[in-house]
Amino acid sequence: MRKLSQGERHKVSFTLNGKSVSGWAAPRMLLTDFLRRELGETGTHVGCEHGVCGACTVRLDGDAVRACLCLAVQADGRAVDTVEGLAETGGALTAMQTAFRKHHALQCGYCTPGLLMSLSDLFERTPNPNEEQLRDVVGGHLCRCTGYAGIMAAAREVAGLSGNGEAE
Amino acid sequence: MKPANFDYFRPASVDETVALLAEHGDDARVIAGGQSLMALLNLRLAAPRALIDIAHLAELSYCRESDDYMEVGAAVTQAQLLNQPGLGQAVPLLAQALPHVGHFQTRNRGTVCGSLAHGDPSSELPLCLATLEGGVVLRSARGERVLKAAEFQTGLLATAREPDELVIAARYPLRRLGAGYAFAEVARRHGDFAIVSLAAVAHNGTLRLGVGGVADRPVAREWRLTPGQSDDALNEFAWALGGEDDIHASARYRRDLVRKLGRKVLEEAAACAS
Repeated sequence: MRKLSQGERHKVSFTLNGKSVSGWAAPRMLLTDFLRRELGETGTHVGCEHGVCGACTVRLDGDAVRACLCLAVQADGRAVDTVEGLAETGGALTAMQTAFRKHHALQCGYCTPGLLMSLSDLFERTPNPNEEQLRDVVGGHLCRCTGYAGIMAAAREVAGLSGNGEAE
Repeated sequence: MKPANFDYFRPASVDETVALLAEHGDDARVIAGGQSLMALLNLRLAAPRALIDIAHLAELSYCRESDDYMEVGAAVTQAQLLNQPGLGQAVPLLAQALPHVGHFQTRNRGTVCGSLAHGDPSSELPLCLATLEGGVVLRSARGERVLKAAEFQTGLLATAREPDELVIAARYPLRRLGAGYAFAEVARRHGDFAIVSLAAVAHNGTLRLGVGGVADRPVAREWRLTPGQSDDALNEFAWALGGEDDIHASARYRRDLVRKLGRKVLEEAAACAS
């Protein structure tokens, strides 16, 4: 059994976007704060901090999850992927990022990292998701700028769906 | 906000977990997926001194079918159960209800048993357990016991679990031959807390309806009726549930949903029965 005492900082190591990283965290430290403050990776945003808004969504062992509902110590030894890991070396955007840009799927951009991580999980599991699957995933995020139309348009384009949700 | 301080324990087995619970009792909370508990910790609605993590326990990560029920271990996530091959044949009501549980992103981490242990009155998984008359397996250093759904959940976020007990599995009864099942809910946004959720079973001339989101826990009733004769029974049920006005909906709207949507799910279940 492992016991991590309160008030002390414990070493947390995991694979972040393919690279080994480590830092120190008290048991109560959230994965969001660990990523942003301990590792300096500020691409993961903090919104509601109780699992509703989706801004902090990262991938944990490939699954899109809320980083605000995960303790840093729970990520120890696992694989974490964040928005910083999406673009390829040299800065080339992914197809989804390009589509977001084309369809004005962001204005202030606060919700964008979370949406991109959720959609990247969906598209890896299901290369050609249907309208219902897209809506299910986008429905797990709050966006207060776009009204979701641009986000859905971008996701539909990458999914090869026409504007009305049918395969082209 | 951030959680208050706690000691974090990662036991290596169920035996170690129940020993920790025996030692810490009410001062401890068990975390599996944490999709309800982490929000309570962040908001400081819960501030346990010890947090016991069971998410990694392989002995609790299983779905097993017996003759009568599907047993779901306490480390199984909602996404794993939803993706379980043959779920629609084995427990059709779960296959219909699970897509309504939270969002894709929370189902990836949230567990089936965690939802039962949390005991939110509008949650789908406790509603399915109550409607199907399933059970919850509890283990402590004193031994093991199985509670029926109606005995397990005792109110709003309240269960009959003793402080030294661990929920180790849920038992969802398998599809009964010739029975029909249906599920529906109304929420402001798909994946949000349901204003009213409804689960129906039609079998051998009886209709059974479970309702979540109105009373302080899911409640089920059974009648020997056809859906066409159910209006009076549904009206009486809607009043008996004693829903209240709140920020999400009025009591009257909730009663209307039980009457109107209740009849629809009963019809759908009856149409699926043979």
